[in-house]
Amino acid sequence: MVKPVEVVQPETASKKGRFDALFRILRYTFSRGIVLALTVTVGVYLAILIANGGGHVDKIQESLIREQVGLMLAGDPEFIKLPREVRAEINEREVRIRMERLDLDKPFYVRSHRYLLNGLTLNFGQATHLLSDSGSSYVRNILGERLFPTLLLFATGQLLLFFSSVILALFLSRRYGSVIDKIVVALAPTSAAPSWFYGIFLILIFSAVLGWLPFGGIVDTPPPTGLWANILSRLKHLILPASALVISSFFITVYYWRTFFLIYSSEDYVDMAKAKGLSSSVIERRYVLRPTLPTIITSFALTLISMWTGAIILETVFSWPGIGRITYDAINLFDTPVIVGTVVIYAYLLAITVFLLDIIYALVDPRVKLGAGGNRQ
Amino acid sequence: MNAIKRAFAEIKKYPSAMAGIALISLLVVLAVYALISIPYTEAITLWRGADNIWIENPRNARPVWVNYFSRAKMPETMIFRSKDNPEVRTILEDVEGFRADQIVFEFDYQYDGFPTEISLFMTSTFEDIGPSVTITWVKPDGTTRELTSMGVVKETNYRISQDERLTRQLGGLLPERGLFADPENNQVPLKGTYKMIIEGLVFEEDSDYDANLIVYGQLHGMAGTDHRRRDISVALLWGTPVALAFGLLAAVGSTVTTMIIAAASVWYGGWIDSLIRRITEVVMILPLLPILIMISLFYSQSIWVILGVIILLGIFGSGILTYRSMFLQIKESGYIDAARAYGASSFRIIIRYMIPKIFPVLVPQFVTLVPSYVFLEASLAVLGLSDPLLPTWGKLLNDAYANGALYKGYFYWVLEPAALLMITGLGFAMLGFALDRIFNPRLRGL
Repeated sequence: MVKPVEVVQPETASKKGRFDALFRILRYTFSRGIVLALTVTVGVYLAILIANGGGHVDKIQESLIREQVGLMLAGDPEFIKLPREVRAEINEREVRIRMERLDLDKPFYVRSHRYLLNGLTLNFGQATHLLSDSGSSYVRNILGERLFPTLLLFATGQLLLFFSSVILALFLSRRYGSVIDKIVVALAPTSAAPSWFYGIFLILIFSAVLGWLPFGGIVDTPPPTGLWANILSRLKHLILPASALVISSFFITVYYWRTFFLIYSSEDYVDMAKAKGLSSSVIERRYVLRPTLPTIITSFALTLISMWTGAIILETVFSWPGIGRITYDAINLFDTPVIVGTVVIYAYLLAITVFLLDIIYALVDPRVKLGAGGNRQ
Repeated sequence: MNAIKRAFAEIKKYPSAMAGIALISLLVVLAVYALISIPYTEAITLWRGADNIWIENPRNARPVWVNYFSRAKMPETMIFRSKDNPEVRTILEDVEGFRADQIVFEFDYQYDGFPTEISLFMTSTFEDIGPSVTITWVKPDGTTRELTSMGVVKETNYRISQDERLTRQLGGLLPERGLFADPENNQVPLKGTYKMIIEGLVFEEDSDYDANLIVYGQLHGMAGTDHRRRDISVALLWGTPVALAFGLLAAVGSTVTTMIIAAASVWYGGWIDSLIRRITEVVMILPLLPILIMISLFYSQSIWVILGVIILLGIFGSGILTYRSMFLQIKESGYIDAARAYGASSFRIIIRYMIPKIFPVLVPQFVTLVPSYVFLEASLAVLGLSDPLLPTWGKLLNDAYANGALYKGYFYWVLEPAALLMITGLGFAMLGFALDRIFNPRLRGL
């Protein structure tokens, strides 16, 4: 049977297509979001299982309760008048009631659900030693305060890395075999060292020997008063850690991507485009970069994930007041709630990274847009 | 055997691979030398540094080869022992249980820098009344200065550098500077022959005393010393076998298990496959370093426990996805059908037919993974969470960082372990990259 040919006005067709594509991208994003949310839940649960192997989460809970009870009773004028033994007894009773209410007397697998909920909402109670800059001892406040510097450093480094790598990789794929190409290939093994390692060298050269840039920190002490002076000082402190982040992955990323580009530029359709006489910049953008982008983004995602780990030490080396630095401080003070909190925060950060890349992936991968299945593997 | 020979002939064509092999062999030689020259238990006692075993080393001394690169010559530590050199002692008077004698330590000082510390360690044997000594310092220009007079009990340490009275007498200059300073310009030491004269009085028949003078230098050994006077070369040497063993075991453990799991996932398919993929996704968002931090804080800091956890988390690493896609192709090959036709078990097919097929891909991956685990161990050590006993490179970096080495200019302290880490990283990565190009036909020639 021959189907009757449907005549579609080009305008409506493209509108409909665009709407469809948007719908598919949203659906894909939504389903990835749900999968990742479930993954985070499982991940946090695992983290709590590991932490509680030594009974550490239980201790956090108990100290939280004691704190609450103490505060509540101290605010009661009648209570203060009572003799000490009676006060201690009431205190203990209140603590016991609350512990029972939180199922702390129940077996672990029952309680773990509550811990999971607390973990997912970053409700870790109070730190044992550390304080936030604003003076709060709640883990949520301490970590929340540190989130912005970490994101600033990481995002700056990653954006620089991504764009500089793509540009250089494209450039090299055009000059395959040139001296500069050979240099980059030869330098690729240097990426075996993590960012903090290069950080040490950068500090050595630019701070200790040359004295051009600060040793660490995020802003001069005391911070400059003017707005611009302040921003400038922050930028100055950002240069070295961000460079360390870029240097540690730059050459290997360029090397891999240049190889992708080379493989893809030997495809027939690229030859066809060349034969058509298209300009090399058009070929690069439409025929080489476009089909490689999904692959590149996947490989970039893996780099990002491995770089979060190095970021902890990088912040420590540069005294950058982010989550990594607070992890180091928490280790030295054995501040359990903060340490468990950082594990969960990093799980979230990793999941959000993966999620963002998934969305970008959906935007650049035509298969998602056209609905040919959004399966990455 | 032939295959290995052929692979090696191929490797020879890549200079970077040969350089990588050379670097790795260097590390292996260093590791073997460390294991032979310093036994395990000795390394641990040395690094713990109990019982003042490092007392004769200077603090934060730079390595001796610094002198070759600079025109100003810095002093090494000088140690003078009266017991080993009886000729330094002259007996002035000896009558019935009373003896007056004199120990003269004489040395030529031709350096352009000051010592870092001066100490006099004295020991004595007596029954009721201990010997008493008067210590005098003679400079090359002939000026003499009485440092102190004191009684010597069993072990008396006169830490000249910490003598505040002497500092005041020297016009606020620290003794190790003041006692050596040129009177014209106290920023440089006076070159020439210095003397320390110890005049002793002994009040009993069998009583005696001995003195060790230590003029701590600014340089020590091939690698220098740290803030606790420990010889850094011990940790540099012993860090090598530890790093290599850790990196290799972690890389082998995680790649081999990952591969088996990936093969099983593809072979069985169905719910096993999807379960394994879900687990991989969870593990992907588990932050490895924070979890390792948690484990080493709450459970054990032993390097072997950490190794186990790394392998465990590495099993479901992102490598599974790569291997999976390869196995999916292999599963469809004809020889797998043939194996199935003759009735081979699933286990046999996975182990004997599927895994060997992707081994060539595995080797470069495995080689490039080694340094990342070496650096992971160093990362933990930098956070202060390394093995409590073993000296490692990461521990050196941690000590250096904690003591502000870069800020204070003790660059050797950072550069030496960093150089070894870099050699490890470069060696394995260079070899791995070349192997990748050899075994991966798509990359050949690129």
